[in-house]
Amino acid sequence: MTDISPAEEVEAPPVDPNEVRLTINGHEVVSTKGEMVIAAAARAGDYIPHFCYHPRLEPVGMCRMCMVDIDGGRGPMLQPACMVPVSPGMKVDTGSPATKRAQEGIIELLLANHPLDCPVCDKGGECPLQDQSFSHGPGESRYVEEKRHYEKPIAISDIVFLDRERCILCDRCTRFADEVAGDALIQFNSRGNNTHITTFPDEPFASYFSGNTVQICPVGALTAKPYRFKARPWDLAQQESTCTTCAVGCRTVVQSSHDELLRYMGVDSDPVNHGWLCDRGRFNFESVKSADRLLQPLVRQADGFQPATWSAALAEAASLILEAKAAGGPKSIAVIGGARGTNEDAFAWSRLGHEVIGTPNVYSQMGDGLPADLLLLDRATIDQAASATTIVLLAPDLKEELPILYLRLREAAEKKRSRIIEFAPKQSGLTRNAWRHFAYEPGTQVAAVEKALADPEIAAQFAKGSVVVVAGRGNLAETSTATVRAIRTVLAANPGSRILPAFRRGNVVGALQVGMRTADGGLDTRAALQAAADGKIECLVLVGADPLTDFPDTDLARRALAGARRIVAVDTFLTPSALLANVVLAASAYAEKSGTTTNIEGRVTTVAQQVNPAGNTRADWMIAAELALDLGGDFAYETIDDVTADIAWHVAGHEAITPEALATAKDGIIAGLLPAMAQAKLLEAVIPERNSYDFRLVVSRTMYDQATGTANSPSLAHLATQTMVHLHPLDLGKVGTTEGATVKMSSTRATIVLNVVADPAVLRGTAWVPFNHSGANVGDLIDCTAAVNDVRIENL
Amino acid sequence: MSRYAWAPGYTDDGDRPKIVTSRFQYEDGYTLDRYLATGGYVGLRAALGRTPSEVHDEVKSATVLGRGGAGFPAGTKWGLTPQGVWPRYLVVNGDESEPGTYKDRLLMERDPHQLIEGCLIASYAAGLSQVFLYIRGEMALAQERVAAALNEAYAAGYIGKNILGTNFSIDIVLHWGAGAYVVGEETALIESLEGNRGMPRLKPPFFPAAIGLYGKPTIVNNVETLSNLPWLLTNGAAAYTAIGTETSPGTRIIAVSGHVKRPGVYEIINGSTTFRDVIYGEEFCQGIRDGHELKAFIPGGGSAPWFLPDQLDLPFEAKMVGPAGSMLGSGAIMVMDETTDIPAMALTLVRFYAHESCGKCVPCREGGTWLMRIMERVVAGRGTQRDLDQMLEIGQSITPGQYPHAASERLGLAAAPFPFRMTTICFVGPSAYNAVDSSLTLFPDEFQAKLMKRTSIPVTAVGADS
Repeated sequence: MTDISPAEEVEAPPVDPNEVRLTINGHEVVSTKGEMVIAAAARAGDYIPHFCYHPRLEPVGMCRMCMVDIDGGRGPMLQPACMVPVSPGMKVDTGSPATKRAQEGIIELLLANHPLDCPVCDKGGECPLQDQSFSHGPGESRYVEEKRHYEKPIAISDIVFLDRERCILCDRCTRFADEVAGDALIQFNSRGNNTHITTFPDEPFASYFSGNTVQICPVGALTAKPYRFKARPWDLAQQESTCTTCAVGCRTVVQSSHDELLRYMGVDSDPVNHGWLCDRGRFNFESVKSADRLLQPLVRQADGFQPATWSAALAEAASLILEAKAAGGPKSIAVIGGARGTNEDAFAWSRLGHEVIGTPNVYSQMGDGLPADLLLLDRATIDQAASATTIVLLAPDLKEELPILYLRLREAAEKKRSRIIEFAPKQSGLTRNAWRHFAYEPGTQVAAVEKALADPEIAAQFAKGSVVVVAGRGNLAETSTATVRAIRTVLAANPGSRILPAFRRGNVVGALQVGMRTADGGLDTRAALQAAADGKIECLVLVGADPLTDFPDTDLARRALAGARRIVAVDTFLTPSALLANVVLAASAYAEKSGTTTNIEGRVTTVAQQVNPAGNTRADWMIAAELALDLGGDFAYETIDDVTADIAWHVAGHEAITPEALATAKDGIIAGLLPAMAQAKLLEAVIPERNSYDFRLVVSRTMYDQATGTANSPSLAHLATQTMVHLHPLDLGKVGTTEGATVKMSSTRATIVLNVVADPAVLRGTAWVPFNHSGANVGDLIDCTAAVNDVRIENL
Repeated sequence: MSRYAWAPGYTDDGDRPKIVTSRFQYEDGYTLDRYLATGGYVGLRAALGRTPSEVHDEVKSATVLGRGGAGFPAGTKWGLTPQGVWPRYLVVNGDESEPGTYKDRLLMERDPHQLIEGCLIASYAAGLSQVFLYIRGEMALAQERVAAALNEAYAAGYIGKNILGTNFSIDIVLHWGAGAYVVGEETALIESLEGNRGMPRLKPPFFPAAIGLYGKPTIVNNVETLSNLPWLLTNGAAAYTAIGTETSPGTRIIAVSGHVKRPGVYEIINGSTTFRDVIYGEEFCQGIRDGHELKAFIPGGGSAPWFLPDQLDLPFEAKMVGPAGSMLGSGAIMVMDETTDIPAMALTLVRFYAHESCGKCVPCREGGTWLMRIMERVVAGRGTQRDLDQMLEIGQSITPGQYPHAASERLGLAAAPFPFRMTTICFVGPSAYNAVDSSLTLFPDEFQAKLMKRTSIPVTAVGADS
């Protein structure tokens, strides 16, 4: 029998100086200094109704719905719980008669001018105003006056509609636009009872994050075009998933009705997206149900593509690969892609490439990233980056390419937690939040970094605390060599720094980590395309890869696809590259397959299948597994969990990431240490002096371009502009042109014709052109092996 | 007829001690020459000859009550700013817009240098780094005179670097409002000054003394409060407290409007002068216009609950007016004789506050307009008993609990004392309800008389149970 002596002194745990104890509805609640009463009550399970309060926005105390009896020592008084911080000994009563009367009063007043068109309102069924009218309202309206009238709805942007009659003026959308997105393009207008939300004249709410205002609107005032009148909330089925549009890995809820995708909503994942989504990620579900989807496998016959059964198409693909192997050995086969699917897709395809085909030429980047060995460096999480003392940006415009990472870093700068030092060839969305912005002309990046590091003020800033380098490819019209050197220079100067890779394509980090990378002596994508162009590739396997669209050097891609003797493509759409294939295998899209995905941090989260695959399509991993059978291998995969478990079994760093562990990990699991990778050999090329007549070319992506997900989503497609060349206003004279004029732009490769935009964000002497836009193709001008690309611009 | 035809609105020719209106008798009282000839900038010299804390103590010992409405002592207010935070600002609230109030306008039009000197003394005493003078947009003459006075004072070296050869330097920035009643509320005024919509901030956490203009410690003082300082520093706190009563020292300016023989601005002895003195006194308003009698009056601007003749003998003393059910507010007295249509008067006030709601918080934005709509219907003779009850119900959503009102012998009503509770951020919401409550409580018969007469077919709506 164990003797438990009551006399035994239990040492009291040390009291946290920030701990505050208060009483809410009679029970004691432990809170922290600075927490608002409404948040403390929510944690304690005492819901306080509210409209304007949102945990991710600054409180304003406008709606007065959260008024509760708070006794801070001077007797109970009705105070807004969203504005009053907790204090020791405070007594809160969320159900006192005075509280109830105040809540009923506010609901009655809010409903006075609210149209009560719930039966036809998209928000009906998931509406905070509706819910709280039932739970905290007076039950009847005594308002017999005529309600406020406005034209309804008005389009405040291309995607978002505003119904001012339904609006309860909670300031959520306007605060989000101002505080979080930094696009203060919607404002209150007029006064008193006539107050309403408007945009500025002739200036729409053109924010990359406008969809979030729809999600946080507590009534049906803001609606988004893709979901308007499409479904009732109670008819929606939903699952939590992860967005794979870019590599930030925002948590989402995927909603469908009658097997049709209808809406994505942001989920508040504390370490990643804080509930926000960018408009591209939120609305590109339309592409999944596009009428242009590839619905069955195609096999090229003498008279063009013919639909084929899966067995026939797979047999054809297998025989193409076997023929290639027989003709040139396994090294004459290259597998490109795999960054658009799940980890399971990538793993199955990497096994097919490495084990079954036996080729080292497997690579998932499209020549627009950085060497995979950067993933081996000490990697930061997004939280670590957003709380670092210093953030060094050696990256593309994050607002365009990794939008939610932009929001997180912007918040870090706005809240004065971090100072941003940016090196960029063109001003980015974060430039106005940067503590120091160094604009460099391509070719001088390393020198710019070295010069900055020599500045004692910057050295002192680095010495103050943690440093995170956000590293990505800022310019597609130069090799990655300079950027890699610049990163290594910063890391060498600050040995404790961490790196956050700003790789952009959906699951590119996951693909690289689980095996879609070259083995010893293998060819990466550029080298493989070069080999194909040289006639040394017997079979090119494109796994969701479209080199003609995505590879910066279009000419090389074109020659490679012409030079490859056989092409097997796996894709969701018949892309320009897939059109040149011998066999096209129809793949399932996002939300049609489950699995896992890995974000830039290395965080592995789940992707959910919410609808049945379109037509006769199959998940990439299934296609790989079946193709393996035809090629004499057997992965023995029956379910997606088999593949996930296989990754955990085989891939270093993924040991703990089992289907069982993922099922309970709310915020996903960060992969452990990866196996060693050889440091990639950097392309060396001479950096020429720029001729004073020439412009140095800067090419990067924008959020809306001709990407399949965007171009096939009707709500987004029209937001992508034509290809235009952006020049500094003072450089227009040098060309003798004006804004809007048409010019021809030539490199040693080709000449394209496009319009001019005067843009002070562009550095003088450089010309910026967005990549993968409609109209002229800037990829035609780029030599991907050149250290820099110079262009001549002439007036037409 | 007043002796001072050039000062419209100013009719005070009594021989009481004058602290802030002494220069109103001069046609050119707003010029620097006249100001210097009549003891101008003597208080500033006196202040600069002493340490800031001595000046602060002098003002504190004189208990200069804030004249903007709340009546908080200025000296105490200055002491609330956190030490060591720099810069810190003085914001002068010249956005006088309470219905019935026009005293600050005259102070700015007739004696702008007195205000400027007051600003300088306050800034010196409270250790402030810049002054922002916010003048209501509609007061064109005041803006013009203050701007001219600032230029004169800058040229003469009273403002700017090294004032009067000392190491005290300060700038005064003049800002014109864009016309919103709510900007008279100090936090809304700060928002407006920052270039934002004039909407009040929440207190807590935005107490201006801690987080004010541009997030810095800010003292917001009324024009009249600051105008007291030159006299106070010239003559000393003892001379100041010798006037008025112990709890309400000095004088205060009131603005009388309505059915009196001689409406206008008067400087009265604080604390002891009664409403009867003001309305009926020979040197003040000289009584109700001939052939009429007093029905009711509003003692402190449109936001104050109404008084009846029963309360005429109350003095201008917050500690007595509050328990009697109203407030002194900004010192505007509106007098109504027996010809006044009480519901129509109430509608006028409700309409003003509904129109001036900034729209930030729900009870004021929705409740004010709702009250106005109902009141319009009642005044038009289409109201019902339900409408009257409904207005009181809406009032409960804006100011829960008992709203203050005066006692009435005629109705057998006891006074409900100040203050009231509110669900709104600032006082505009309760002010909209104020006229409704006062008129309905004190003159219920006049509303009953206006209700819709149902003649032939009684229309009983389903659920019309009250």
